[in-house]
Amino acid sequence: MTALLIALGAAVGAPLRYLTDRTVQARHASPFPWGTLTVNVVGSLVLGALVAAPVGPAVGALLATGFCGALTTYSTFGYETLRLARDGARLLALVNALTSVAAGLGAATLGFAVTRTLVG
Amino acid sequence: MAGPTPRRVDPDVDLRVPADRGELRAHPAVVLGVIAAGGVLGALARAGVQAAFPHPPTGFPWATFGVNVSGCLLIGALMAVVTAGRVPPLTRPFLGVGVLGGYTTFSTYVVDVRQAALAGAADTALAYLVATLLGALAAVWVGDAAAARLLGRSTGSHAHPTTPGPAGPDGARADGGPA
Repeated sequence: MTALLIALGAAVGAPLRYLTDRTVQARHASPFPWGTLTVNVVGSLVLGALVAAPVGPAVGALLATGFCGALTTYSTFGYETLRLARDGARLLALVNALTSVAAGLGAATLGFAVTRTLVG
Repeated sequence: MAGPTPRRVDPDVDLRVPADRGELRAHPAVVLGVIAAGGVLGALARAGVQAAFPHPPTGFPWATFGVNVSGCLLIGALMAVVTAGRVPPLTRPFLGVGVLGGYTTFSTYVVDVRQAALAGAADTALAYLVATLLGALAAVWVGDAAAARLLGRSTGSHAHPTTPGPAGPDGARADGGPA
């Protein structure tokens, strides 16, 4: 049952990452990976909110492990960062790495705080 | 916009790469379907590793660390093969976007860093944060270099052609990926 819920969440999260990435990229021409940054920050916000919520293991499997896990990605982030650095855009690579980590941590903290405020 | 095709930055989808731009409109259900299927396989593999190696709130999240670093090793190798061309069209969406995207996770990474810090293990949090970041970048580099060597190219250069390649009338060349 847990595996089924994880699969369900991932079946939505992975295509949503692809579609979000396309949508974000369509709005600019910069090589900076705004699309991946977007999904990683949004996924971190949602997971931060989830860990503060009194949800059961089923919701955790569906939304945390499945959806947030598949929506966000480290492989794409890592590839992009190295690609930028090797293509001569070292500053962009550094900015991408630092911004992703800082914004992800900030988003998770914000999500956590919002849930705590709502749940009380 | 008739200049050379820029080199790919985003392995999931890079709209500056002609093949990536057209793939969703050409076969929307197939592309999204293989991404979803790959994502399911990747997520289940990640969940399996995490269940096998659980960690306390103050402990080093070895499972997620291993997942993210190994996923980065594999994306480096995969994209070296994809950008070299001659792979089936759905290789990148299925393996790169789906399996490896679903396998690795950024959200669990930042939430675990935060939880370790809040649980009083600031040193573990910092070590995990930095080790994953550096380990991931090194792994992409090693994966790319190893695949490039196996493909018979020099390891010191990029796994990409330095010129955009013979962009034929179909435009589906230059940077691999499905047509």
